[in-house]
Amino acid sequence: MPSINGGPTVAAAMGAILGLLACATVAAVAARRLWPLRFPAEIGPRLTGWWIMIAGLFAALALSRTAAIWLFAFVSYLALKEFLSLIPTRRADRHVLFWAYLSIPIQYFLIQVDWYGMFVLFIPVYMFLLLPMRMISIGETQGFLRAVGTTHWGLMTMVFCLSHVCYLLVLGGEAMMLFLILITQANDIAQYVWGKSFGTTKVLPTVSPNKTWVGLVGGVATTAVLGLLIGPRLTPMTPLESLGIGLALGFFGFCGDATMAALKRDLGIKDFSAAIPGHGGMVDRVNSLIFTAPLFTHYIRYYYT
Amino acid sequence: MNPVLRFLFFGVLARFVALIVLGLNVRHRERLPRQGPALIVANHNSHLDTIVLMTLFPLRLLPRLRPVAAADYFLRGRLRSWFSTRVMGILPVARHPAPSQGDPLAEISAFLAGGGLVILFPEGTRGAGETLCEFKSGVAHLARRHPDVPVVPVYLHGLGKALPKGETLLVPFFCDVFVGPALRWAGEKQRFMDELGGQMRQLSEEGHFAPWA
Repeated sequence: MPSINGGPTVAAAMGAILGLLACATVAAVAARRLWPLRFPAEIGPRLTGWWIMIAGLFAALALSRTAAIWLFAFVSYLALKEFLSLIPTRRADRHVLFWAYLSIPIQYFLIQVDWYGMFVLFIPVYMFLLLPMRMISIGETQGFLRAVGTTHWGLMTMVFCLSHVCYLLVLGGEAMMLFLILITQANDIAQYVWGKSFGTTKVLPTVSPNKTWVGLVGGVATTAVLGLLIGPRLTPMTPLESLGIGLALGFFGFCGDATMAALKRDLGIKDFSAAIPGHGGMVDRVNSLIFTAPLFTHYIRYYYT
Repeated sequence: MNPVLRFLFFGVLARFVALIVLGLNVRHRERLPRQGPALIVANHNSHLDTIVLMTLFPLRLLPRLRPVAAADYFLRGRLRSWFSTRVMGILPVARHPAPSQGDPLAEISAFLAGGGLVILFPEGTRGAGETLCEFKSGVAHLARRHPDVPVVPVYLHGLGKALPKGETLLVPFFCDVFVGPALRWAGEKQRFMDELGGQMRQLSEEGHFAPWA
């Protein structure tokens, strides 16, 4: 039998995820047959999107860690491109934006060679200094602060924070990466389901009309229980720790989702793009991961290495 | 035209640039013609416009798909001229034809009559970038000569940000492609031009575009 990178635990986790997705697909097909009029139209494309994303991730992980790292580099590229295409930019800054894109291969290369010190400094410090240096050499001062600030915010979220998913892979292996992604995405789904089913009072009425107290509390509680169940199997954490991390990741995931919702409100858009069937843009899918990945990666780094 | 080079360029390189490097948001794709003859009319901000429009059609139509391009620019210099005629397969047109040269639209007309799909930028130039300029009336002459040929307006946005006139560095942005409903010759030049201009403006108002100045 071919062995999966990361051993039998990872193979079992992947099998469980594929099994769940298969069950969801069968249930959706059955529901559409039984109640064709009441079946929400967005479910079909959304499941297709999940199949594509999970197939891509699992194929990369099965191939090698390098493949997974560069898959996420591409995810960062799509996310940054969505961000830079939607925010106001200056014609004079074309070359600055090109430098911003160039930071993606550098950041993921630093992960691949496991150079933690530079990985954690490169974008927060050196890109932070390089962007204005490139900008002053062009000489356009009108709108300078907004341009330099928005560009760096894009790099911090779409490249720096997101790349922690891959640093976790290098640091802790496939099982920990799967734990983070599974918990984060399950949290998104749990918040959505709780909110849709029982939600009434909005948590952040000016930011997002879809986020309710029931969605937040029910979602975080569900995520904590899931953490308790799978944390001790996929990570070195104790059950109690897994419960606590589940709570924290659930809350951080909610904040990531809400932050990108605030950005979308500010820009006057609904989705970041139409890159993934049924999910909108790449940022719409990874918004929670942007917040959960640094938290979990640093927790593991400080307590387990 | 070199069919092998064209297939490789549009089937591989152009599709990689349009779909992976840039990324297209195509609205109303079903309005694109599935066969010739047809006249595809778009606003013009970048060299990428032609490449992106060519990738919207299936590869089986490639031999019958040709862009109209200014002879004075695209046939200048050996390499550019070779690439324009062999790979892009342009239908060259004189921007300022002398009366002695005969019918400037003859080659395009003949290609349309043979069932071809013609890509045309009636603004005549890439202009200052991301602004809609007035259309020149060559498109009306073609529509009058071929009243049965559908004229399909396409509004492009973002390509002028990715590769504007005078720049050689491509900076990736997601780009919008809005296809309008097909028009036909309206019986009178001004009416046809107004209809076409109105369609383009309407398409340009469909999108939500980030400020770029």
